Amino acid sequence: MSAADQPTAAARSGQAPTTAPSDSAEAGVDKKPVTPAGGRPDRGGSMRRLLRGLLLPALALLSAFIVGGIVIIVSDEVVITTFGSDPIGALAHGLRVVFRAYGALLRGAIGDPGQLLDAIVALDDNALRRALNPISETILSSTPLMLTGLAVALAFRAGLFNIGAEGQLQIGALAAVLVGFSFTGLAWFIHLPLALLAGAIGGAAWGFIPGALKARTGAHEVITTIMLNFVAFRMVDYALRTPLYQRPGRTDQISKIVEPSATLPQLIEHPLLRAHWGIFVALAAAVVVSWLLFRSVKGFEFRAVGLNPHASRYAGMSIARTIVLSMVAAGALAGLAGATIVLGTTRTLTPGLGGGAGFDGIAIALLGRARPAGVVAAGLLIGGLRAGATPMQAATDIPIHLVVVMQALVIMFIAAPALVRAIYRIRAERQIGAEAFAKGWGA
Amino acid sequence: MKLELRGISKSFPGVLANRNVDLLVQPGEIHGLLGENGAGKTTLMNILYGLYQPDEGEVLLDDAQARFAGPGDAIKAGIGMVHQHFMLVPVFTVTENVMLGVESTRGPLLQLDRGAARARIVEISERHNLHVNPDALVEDLPVGVRQRVEIIKTLYRHSQVLILDEPTAVLTPQETEELFVIIRSLVAGGTSIIFITHKLNEVLEIADRITVLRRGEVVGTVTPADTTREALAAMMVGRPVQLTVDKSPSQPAAPVLELTGVTVRDDRGQLAVRDLDLTVHAGEIVAVAGVQGNGQTELAEALTGLRVIESGSILLKGQPIGSDPRSVYRARVGHVPEDRLEDGLVAGFNIAENMALNNYWQPPVGRGLRLYRDVMAEIAEERVREFDVRTPSVFNDVGNLSGGNQQKVIVAREFSRDLALLVAAQPTRGLDVGSIEYIHRRIVEKRDQGTAVLIISTELDEVVGLGDRIAVMYQGKIVGILTPEQATFERLGLLMGGAHPEEHTAEELAALAHEAAG
Repeated sequence: MSAADQPTAAARSGQAPTTAPSDSAEAGVDKKPVTPAGGRPDRGGSMRRLLRGLLLPALALLSAFIVGGIVIIVSDEVVITTFGSDPIGALAHGLRVVFRAYGALLRGAIGDPGQLLDAIVALDDNALRRALNPISETILSSTPLMLTGLAVALAFRAGLFNIGAEGQLQIGALAAVLVGFSFTGLAWFIHLPLALLAGAIGGAAWGFIPGALKARTGAHEVITTIMLNFVAFRMVDYALRTPLYQRPGRTDQISKIVEPSATLPQLIEHPLLRAHWGIFVALAAAVVVSWLLFRSVKGFEFRAVGLNPHASRYAGMSIARTIVLSMVAAGALAGLAGATIVLGTTRTLTPGLGGGAGFDGIAIALLGRARPAGVVAAGLLIGGLRAGATPMQAATDIPIHLVVVMQALVIMFIAAPALVRAIYRIRAERQIGAEAFAKGWGA
Repeated sequence: MKLELRGISKSFPGVLANRNVDLLVQPGEIHGLLGENGAGKTTLMNILYGLYQPDEGEVLLDDAQARFAGPGDAIKAGIGMVHQHFMLVPVFTVTENVMLGVESTRGPLLQLDRGAARARIVEISERHNLHVNPDALVEDLPVGVRQRVEIIKTLYRHSQVLILDEPTAVLTPQETEELFVIIRSLVAGGTSIIFITHKLNEVLEIADRITVLRRGEVVGTVTPADTTREALAAMMVGRPVQLTVDKSPSQPAAPVLELTGVTVRDDRGQLAVRDLDLTVHAGEIVAVAGVQGNGQTELAEALTGLRVIESGSILLKGQPIGSDPRSVYRARVGHVPEDRLEDGLVAGFNIAENMALNNYWQPPVGRGLRLYRDVMAEIAEERVREFDVRTPSVFNDVGNLSGGNQQKVIVAREFSRDLALLVAAQPTRGLDVGSIEYIHRRIVEKRDQGTAVLIISTELDEVVGLGDRIAVMYQGKIVGILTPEQATFERLGLLMGGAHPEEHTAEELAALAHEAAG
């Protein structure tokens, strides 16, 4: 590329307005007054900033729903067969299907308000519990998603792209289930924390490996974590064939059952309401991660190294130690995700546990802009989509995989903020959070 | 070619970068464009080069209105630009670099016609005495020659208006003189030159007329004959400024920093600092002059625990200096790194966090695992006031500050404690006159408090103005130590360019070095 072409490319790709004022924006800053002596800094803009931060994910989600709707319409058999003869009618039918599908999705995620109200009015305990089932399912599926989302977000804050939450989750589950079924006669307040801890340690160990490899040899964590995912899958396969794990009398790959003293209790005891205390583990983890990142010395180092390793080194931080530590912490979070599944949801370990929650963590961290609160919200959202997918399929014959398509669309729209901005004509903001996240691949 | 900009305005969200700018460049004129960083010089030139569209106003070439949708149009219209950072492919030859983008071809398979291109390059090179070997690989060429390759590139594309963006930033004084000879030769051939700079001496020496920009507006256009450095500086800044560093004679006390036979390798394993000896006393400023890339960076890194020394010793108050940044910090060494945004600050962190970058781990900011953000903010508020950092709040992202204010954040962080030694590399690079004045004053203040100060700079004005002794570094060695009185630009330039002392003033230099070393 010649000297002449290079600026052209920059200008045409739409970067010009963001890079341009760097030279001149200064003048504007200079004019503003210094904070008055002793006065608390102006935090009035924080609400606006929060709303701005929410705008992009919200629009990405909206776009995903719209494109998802188009996918439903163009893949609908009635639409395909009648479009030639009656295009208006076919489209109307398509729209009806879309609304039915999204309605079912919503009902599957948060339930039917009417049904809930009736149950409350009728004071019918069983009806109430049935009405709560969708919310319970949403909580259930979002629990591990929040934890893996935190695992990805934490590592990202330290400048690392942790694609290995899936493997860390598997190893965490492997360790947690072992502790869960091995000890008998322990009190629950000893056994359950022990099993959770085992899950965290298992995941941490699996996070340590890519961290140490990166710190020592510079091996890129994206490559090593992806590879370690496969190793983790095969380790689970293998373990489930050993007498240590395999349930006696079974020939398939299934582990022994977790002792009741190590299970996460259900929130409400009822066969239809599977949500368990794991959600509190996830929420507590979000609080801890938030504290760690923004209120602790280590978190200061994580974020500094993530934003600028050079300056961090000049400031006397150990880049290698920070990399290892952040991967260990991320691994522990993903390991906890595995633990909540085996101790709360399945109470046993089988191959493919978690249905790819580790990979979904990447999407959730992205959607949550690598902020703990954002990750919790994104986890609930994607968890809700997952929970609603099955009722949607039952109601409309639209395969549950549509939800996966929509999730992929969300990621795509968030990873391509310029696209969303172009569609909705929003002015560019400074590159933070998710955008930098999406570009992190190249680093 | 005659070039005219009429009533150019350009704003970016929240910022008016150019306001109603008029600029007239006559054929064969060298027009100096002077202004502080952020004055809108670059925006204006990017409009001229087709990178931005002006909101208002027009561009006229030879009195005909011109519209550039992109640099391609500008190049076709005869406008050439030599960027501050060269746009060359290091592993290509000069010829290949020059023809890149306008390749001449021959034959049915469109083979590259290097011969034709080479012939034209030789012709251009000879016409303007550029002395460029068309077959040399760019990576083997010194910086000054690379710049000439950039100039050839524009001439090869038939440029009639040549924009030079801070062309002397990377050159030695001698190379600058050579560049001026070339510029005069180009002008004699009818090319018009726009020479962008913030260096007053240069613009006075080379320009036919000088236009000064401040905050996006034209303050005035003057000729060198009717103006002075002081007057230009005042136009740039908007108030009278002091151009010389105001300081009393130094009162050196005991040696603080003693380097003996220090040898350091760079990242590629090459010897960057070779067997270097240097002593800095308490209460004096030693300024290390030299062309970029002569081992100064590695020297600063070795001093601050960022780079392991191969051999030799670095003593701080008689003790070996620490081998990691934190123990060096504890030994009361302050460090202003040469690249603000790369090494000195964390963009994305706010001002308070950046000010705590060197002490976040110790009380009162960090206790155990806890980070006391309110304490961090309080300290930052205080320092923002004390060091006059212009910002609405300490919670603003440091990346949004101007260069001068960013440097003030670093200075505030590093200077706000009792220092035994201060190592400052390029402390005022790219800053405006007002900020330079301020930072120089702070450095002298530090010296007067008894700190040993080591300045590493490529700006000769700074070296001579600030240094109590001036050490010239060439290829990893100190090749001469001068007092400010002895340090004429010519003598410094010769030493910086690696002139062998024996060829010039062997006895004289030895005597000077001896005299200055005491």
